[in-house]
Amino acid sequence: MPHAVTFQKVSRHFGNVRAVDAVDLEVEVGEFFAMLGPSGSGKTTCLRLIAGFEQPTAGHIEIFGETAEGVPPYRRNVNTVFQDYALFPHLNVADNVAYGQMIRGVAKAERLRDAEAALEMVKLPGYGSRKPGQLSGGQRQRVALARALVNKPKVLLLDEPLGALDLKLREQMQEELKALQRALGITFVFVTHDQGEALSMADRIAVFDHGKIMQTGTPEEIYRRPKTRFVADFVGSSNVLSPDLTRRLGGPAEWASLRPEDIRLGGEARHEAQVTSLSFLGSATRVTLDLAGEKLTVLLPAGTDVPAQGASVRFSWDPSALHLMGPQA
Amino acid sequence: MHSDRQSRTPMGLKIAAGLGLAFLHLPILLIFLYAFTTEDKSYQFPPPGLTLKWFAVTWNRPDVWEALGLSVRVASISTVVALVLGTLCAAAISQTRFFGRETISLLVILPIALPGIITGISLRSAFNLAEIPFSFWTIVLGHATFCVVVVYNNAVARFRRMSGSLIEASMDLGADGFQTFRYVILPNIGTALLAGGMLAFALSFDEVIVTTFTAGQQSTLPIWMLQELVRPRQRPVTNVVAMVVVLVTFLPILAAYYLTRDGDQISGQGK
Repeated sequence: MPHAVTFQKVSRHFGNVRAVDAVDLEVEVGEFFAMLGPSGSGKTTCLRLIAGFEQPTAGHIEIFGETAEGVPPYRRNVNTVFQDYALFPHLNVADNVAYGQMIRGVAKAERLRDAEAALEMVKLPGYGSRKPGQLSGGQRQRVALARALVNKPKVLLLDEPLGALDLKLREQMQEELKALQRALGITFVFVTHDQGEALSMADRIAVFDHGKIMQTGTPEEIYRRPKTRFVADFVGSSNVLSPDLTRRLGGPAEWASLRPEDIRLGGEARHEAQVTSLSFLGSATRVTLDLAGEKLTVLLPAGTDVPAQGASVRFSWDPSALHLMGPQA
Repeated sequence: MHSDRQSRTPMGLKIAAGLGLAFLHLPILLIFLYAFTTEDKSYQFPPPGLTLKWFAVTWNRPDVWEALGLSVRVASISTVVALVLGTLCAAAISQTRFFGRETISLLVILPIALPGIITGISLRSAFNLAEIPFSFWTIVLGHATFCVVVVYNNAVARFRRMSGSLIEASMDLGADGFQTFRYVILPNIGTALLAGGMLAFALSFDEVIVTTFTAGQQSTLPIWMLQELVRPRQRPVTNVVAMVVVLVTFLPILAAYYLTRDGDQISGQGK
């Protein structure tokens, strides 16, 4: 069985800018795949390469085993949910959702029935006669989702679809998207710069930086065993320890990642540091320690004792929490 | 506060404003009035009598029909040319980035900023150099230079307000280039094109200067009127024709104004 999407040494250069640089990628059929990275890391360009809005400068792309380069967007069995939703302002919601089927020549009654079914799926039944301008951001997002899903794509591409929504709505949509994906069994490829979103929704994550994939793996793997400094820092803001610091803390001379929530304060620990700042986050308190010039962040769950600013504290961690990334990470 | 300011307006200023408006528009009413005068040699005021006979006289003058026909044909074809070229140009300028984009944008707008006499002279000498005989088509070419600008300006403003991802969304949903143009682009820029087209038609219809330089033996309606004013006979015929010209050019401009106004409201709902 072929992969849903395969990239073989795919590059996309814009002049001197290597937006995507020799990327190898395999998306399994039916999985929820997240492309995570800061802005300008090449993740959106990768999505556009799958959609067909960009053509690779070099390399080979396959979608369900079929060569994709040179195939225009309108002949690919993939659909996109755009960041700004891109609903057609001159059409009402039903005609927006039915657009794909209208182009394919499906009879009017049938396509409007399908559109209504799709709107029901995204919990907007009866909204067909409204204009996109009359909807809230969250509702437009759902219409965009329905408009893509009604075409039963093999791969659904989502470009930061939750970026414009407020926190509450975003969390709700995360759950709904995940449930929809499971129910439909369609491969979702999701672009986001929000590591929390990627960790909570995706089956697998590819972390992008400077046009390259730094690491691919399950959320657990990415979080627990980052391969590089960048991944450790970007996903979950880990403490990235230099080889020198790791050695001072009793490990080998290698780059290492130590999660803020894995550090415990107090007790008869060997190491000591000064508290330089405290910030209350609600469910936890973030404590910044100064260890002879090196910064170390500790996350204390609510209910534990918080040291005073400027105090000297002892700290320790479970030996298994120190994740080594090698001397050249 | 608004009404305060209104009540404080000095009477003198009100009168001045009224006189200004009267100065602008009374001559037009005079043109209409003299279309009904019984005196056909000089414009004496008040007219000695009123009659409708000049409408019949005008109707039976073949030279009027010839000039009117030519003007309508020139304006129509110039408008069509402008619609095609102006839309294509607006699409290129607003949807893509390429070397020299700003320059082309400026060069397209230049003909309407240049005095018509410069456009006219330069076209005339260019036609001479290229040994193109003056004809119907040279008039059309001359008019198209400024008609394109009008369409382009309208279309480019609408294109800029249109999200670029709409076109991608349409392609993504299976529509090829023509279908995307038909179902997404045209409905979004349609009123702008209609408004631009009507404005272009009106501009072309009453153009004198460029036409003088690019026409051969033919007379468009404005040129015919100019020639007619010099002759002493049947003067009110010119006034009848002037009335028709006002109607033919004013109505499309009025329609264009209302259409673009509605378009603003529709596109304003997008966000």
